[in-house]
Amino acid sequence: MRGAAASFPLFSPAGGGILRDLMNAGPSASFRRLFDEVGPVDSVGVEERVAKYATRSLKQAAKLWGLRTAVAMVDLTTLEGKDTPGKVASLCRKALRPSDDPAVPPVAAVCVYPAMVRHARRALGPGAKVRIASVATAFPSGQAPLATRLGEVRAAVADGADEIDMVINRGAFLAGEFSRVQDEIAAVRDACGRSTLKVILEVSELETYDKIRAASFLAMTVLRPGDFIKTSTGKTALNATLGNNQVMLEAIRDFYLDTGIPIAMKPAGGIRTAKQALQFLVAVKETLGDAWLNNRRYRFGASALLNDLVRQLAKERTGAYQAPYYFSEAATSY
Amino acid sequence: MSRLPITKTPKVYVGGAFIRSESARVFPLRDAAGAFFAHIPQCTRKDLRNAIEAAAAAGPGWAKRTAYNRGQILYRLAEMLEARSAELAAALLVGVKATPRARAAAAREVAATIDRIIYYAGWADKYEQLLGSVNPVAAPYFNFTVTEPMGVVGVLAPATPALLGLASLLAPAIVSGNTVVALASESQPYPAILLGEMLATSDLPGGVVNLLTGFRRELVPTFATHTHLRALSGVATAGERRALRLGAAESVKRTRLRPAEDRIDWYAADAQSLAAVGDTLEYKTTWHPIGA
Repeated sequence: MRGAAASFPLFSPAGGGILRDLMNAGPSASFRRLFDEVGPVDSVGVEERVAKYATRSLKQAAKLWGLRTAVAMVDLTTLEGKDTPGKVASLCRKALRPSDDPAVPPVAAVCVYPAMVRHARRALGPGAKVRIASVATAFPSGQAPLATRLGEVRAAVADGADEIDMVINRGAFLAGEFSRVQDEIAAVRDACGRSTLKVILEVSELETYDKIRAASFLAMTVLRPGDFIKTSTGKTALNATLGNNQVMLEAIRDFYLDTGIPIAMKPAGGIRTAKQALQFLVAVKETLGDAWLNNRRYRFGASALLNDLVRQLAKERTGAYQAPYYFSEAATSY
Repeated sequence: MSRLPITKTPKVYVGGAFIRSESARVFPLRDAAGAFFAHIPQCTRKDLRNAIEAAAAAGPGWAKRTAYNRGQILYRLAEMLEARSAELAAALLVGVKATPRARAAAAREVAATIDRIIYYAGWADKYEQLLGSVNPVAAPYFNFTVTEPMGVVGVLAPATPALLGLASLLAPAIVSGNTVVALASESQPYPAILLGEMLATSDLPGGVVNLLTGFRRELVPTFATHTHLRALSGVATAGERRALRLGAAESVKRTRLRPAEDRIDWYAADAQSLAAVGDTLEYKTTWHPIGA
């Protein structure tokens, strides 16, 4: 597989001609060529492999380390129509100090809509330990003219966003217009300036593991070292699963072994419990190794996850199981 | 034609499903002659944690049911027991020498259990009228007190009577909209296994009653310290009561514990009361301006 993908003529800027030929042959032919290029995914093997991750027994020190590391990897997210400056400010306070326990680190970043970036910057202050990520490019659909999307990215960066989460053009990808997908990613990358770029593949709309792997490679070939690929927007029914996380981690591994360029990874959406987060970390450890077990190479896009991580850390500290309503879960009588 | 024996695997009723312990541990139950009867799940503190999650998830929906509906469901639970009363009586005789006297005692316990559930079913739409109140105040306010369920209640059933004791503790808790995680009798766990099967067919939503079997010494400390349990109700030894009260003080939960050393008459007239319903209620008093 790696031999076949040793160099990527399909993705090289000079390969545009091949891509144009492929497009004329229709999407299925171009996908076939692309799959040959990046190698296929053994979907049964992936499912079986990730099922094993849930059986790893993490005890005591390893669990505590995992929970704290996971906290430091969280992109604490609020992406709702009802977001207000006040709500973003309290999110920022929570990001800086998730718990009154000083052993709990701040999270990696807050993730907000572009209009909320300047409010987040005011709440966090310049040079804060917590970075500001913003979903630009007509999130979550990406269905806006490229000029509009690029304008959104530049505005967010100007307001102080350290990281930009973009969505790929799924319509173009599924139609087999791969060079257009890549050109748009490259344009957004350039608009980011020094800000980190995260490319959302929206895996639930790509439908197969093969396409997830192919889209990962399309994105990675135009990314800079340290930029991210990300599973999903969190706005569709199916989000990050251990399966599609695994496919993307293996794509990152194969790409790194071939090119030496380390690409970072961010699963997002659907990761709500500390137990799930630890299973994702096991996947990272066993696929990419320790070099990816930090918040420069791996993130969790989540809103409720932080509450459960802090809750489990409190359990480890006190020895007593904790009620969720002590950790800002929705407070009903139960 | 000879048949293969079809023996039942006893499983505990948690979250509306029949499960084994997450630890996969079991302990053997023996009949009066000392022969093997069945393996009973030896539930762990993680099982208790999971059961409390299930109880908490079921809670708001159960509390939102109308009082009338909760009464109807408890009544149906009693119907389910009535139809399988012979089986329940046999379950109470596991490990007991089946003398005529023991048989009569088991039948009496089953009948008393059914009657107790009917008793609390009747209270469902009546306790609020008696426990809530309109309070006289010397100011232009309408002042009234209403009851609310506390949340997840931990129940520690007595060793005997295994079935009547368990039912007497969980019925008054769930009638008001609480949910229960109960630890069954350690020496006689089999009736609780059967009770779970009847709960499953009684229209009671899954998770409202969760029954665990296992060893008290392994589970009592977690009952004491788990902060999601709002109240503890049951029978405990002196050592257990101390551990439970210390843990409850730390996590601010209510305890209604009766000494295991006392001879409690579970058949007595005062073994069932409105006060038992009140034991797992919170009282909310509201000041409402008159004429506003």
